[in-house]
Amino acid sequence: MAKQELLKVEGLKQYFPIKGGFLGRTVNHVKAVDDISFTIYEGETVSIVGESGCGKSTTGRSILRLEEPTEGKVEFQGVDLATISKRQMRDYRKDLQIIFQDPYASINPRQTVASVLNEAMEIQNVLPANKRRARIEELLETVGLLPYQADRFPHEFSGGQRQRIGIARALSVDPKLIICDEAVSALDVSIQAQVLNLLEDLQEQYNLTYLFISHDLGVVRHISDRIIVMYLGKIVEIADKHSLFENPQHPYTKALLSAIPVPDPDKKKERIVLKGDVPSPIDPPAGCRFHTRCPFATDKCRTEEPKLRTSDLMKEGHEAACHYMEEISAGAMQPNY
Amino acid sequence: MISKDNVLEVRNLQTSFSTDKGEVRAVDGVSFDVPKGKTIGIVGESGSGKSITSLSILRLLAENGKIKGGEIRYKGEDLTKVSEKRMRELRGNEISMIFQEPMTSLNPVYTVGQQISEALISHQGMNKKQAMVRSVELLKLVGIPSPEKRVKAYPFELSGGMRQRVMIAMSLACDPEILIADEPTTALDVTIQAQILELIKDLQERLGMSVIFITHDLGVVAETCDYVAVMYAGQVVEYSDIRTLFKQPKHPYSIGLLNSLPRHDIDQEKLMPIKGNVPSPHEMPTGCRFAPRCPAATDLCRAKMPELMTDDSGNQIRCWIYSDEWPGEKEVNVYGETRIAKG
Repeated sequence: MAKQELLKVEGLKQYFPIKGGFLGRTVNHVKAVDDISFTIYEGETVSIVGESGCGKSTTGRSILRLEEPTEGKVEFQGVDLATISKRQMRDYRKDLQIIFQDPYASINPRQTVASVLNEAMEIQNVLPANKRRARIEELLETVGLLPYQADRFPHEFSGGQRQRIGIARALSVDPKLIICDEAVSALDVSIQAQVLNLLEDLQEQYNLTYLFISHDLGVVRHISDRIIVMYLGKIVEIADKHSLFENPQHPYTKALLSAIPVPDPDKKKERIVLKGDVPSPIDPPAGCRFHTRCPFATDKCRTEEPKLRTSDLMKEGHEAACHYMEEISAGAMQPNY
Repeated sequence: MISKDNVLEVRNLQTSFSTDKGEVRAVDGVSFDVPKGKTIGIVGESGSGKSITSLSILRLLAENGKIKGGEIRYKGEDLTKVSEKRMRELRGNEISMIFQEPMTSLNPVYTVGQQISEALISHQGMNKKQAMVRSVELLKLVGIPSPEKRVKAYPFELSGGMRQRVMIAMSLACDPEILIADEPTTALDVTIQAQILELIKDLQERLGMSVIFITHDLGVVAETCDYVAVMYAGQVVEYSDIRTLFKQPKHPYSIGLLNSLPRHDIDQEKLMPIKGNVPSPHEMPTGCRFAPRCPAATDLCRAKMPELMTDDSGNQIRCWIYSDEWPGEKEVNVYGETRIAKG
């Protein structure tokens, strides 16, 4: 069976204006997301990873038009979400749901769980009112809560339970795609594992597609089929999970992977410690945006922007944006720390 | 593991907070040693009492908090009993601390140099000029580029990683014996975290200080610590050398914690979560605090709290499985792993 395209992002840009001067004119832009393209197929989990400020959350928000994209196409089942009216967009929100990081902030504290779920179903007109209560109780059981908890308020639940409520709310409208924006980052490991397992079970049960946004590469390796690595608003590498972790090509991906502490005292690994900090997205470096921290950077990197491309060393579907992948892999270039 | 080489020995520490709902025992039976020149990790999830333990050592508890029992022995002195004046001499001078959020721990209206100087002037009797010179040296030590300029910078002019370096410079100002690092890299990105961890390790080797590393990140523990205390619900449940904890953990909670961790370095099938939630501090179980979530719990576990027991290798464990009184099978299955019971 051929893979069915569900979401196709093309040339997406999200610039935020910076107002300044006493007239409050736009003096510059924060280029949070700067021309990215990728496709998500039905039933898979694609993750976007990167450090703070790389644009991963903004990408998720732009897809849902929680921010109006500056430029580019967001095609969902062939319809460009970026150009349809707000009213039409509202109908599509039924198919595209989001789960946020902070379960304390994303649920109204003055509503009971039942009313939170009921509201979602009412807005999207999912079920007749008299059938909703049964559905709410069923949803709570699906996410591992108990039906009698439906009339409780959010503060009566723990963080992990609240995240389950957020998941139940997303599920209540039968979505096709769920964007999980750091959905398990605020949870303790033992609870995080519970929620990750739940997300996996639900995916199987309801044939859901996930766009998983996270900075935690352990979580990402566990849950993803394919992974997108972002740096300063650009995609630097995209690959299936195995290729990315076993055969990373971009120097940033390599540094990122080597920087994560491994929970095994016997594994002594070579760590690439990057110099300096991530530059500001207001005036990102010219050429390759990573050149200010890259140990392999040359003059070409400082002027010419690398495009995503593949090489002989990479499996199908694996792309990276670096001028010198081949040379670095062959050992023809030496890092300059 | 009691020996002369320990700079700090914590014994059965108990710290309580009085709240509207009654007394909360945030720390209830914490014991560990800090050997000279070594790094010990304190790991645990939110609410396990790891931060309160460190604040108790420096007696920096909020007003409603109180050390109710136990001892904190630093070079023969019991810090729970010394005067507040003596405590002030020790804080920042012999035992110093860095916190998770460098932005909230630094004063926004003073320059970096002024803040580092403060400790030098009050503890080392330097004058302003000497202190400034030393501040520049310290900033250089922690790898801040052009320290002569940065010493005049305000915290908001620095990035998160740079601010954490300033915090470290400040904590090292008086050459402390012990550095307590409370989640020092949690707010930082991994590439910056890597820089800070290298820095702490490198400084420790050069200065020979002991480090208490408080974190929830088991990866950070594996890479930086020599010994580790695992805390659960206000208690140490396991204290061992780092290899034992990661290769042959004994306490069911430690085993469960390691099994529920998604790894970036290996492929895993399904994660094996610990079921249930951490007990509320107002309703602590009567027996072992982990019993309600433990896959191996027996009636004994639910009825009676196990003591922290020391084994032949000097490691400590708080679990009935390893005691003579264990009522269950000899081979115990804990999250798919087999442990041999004593007795």
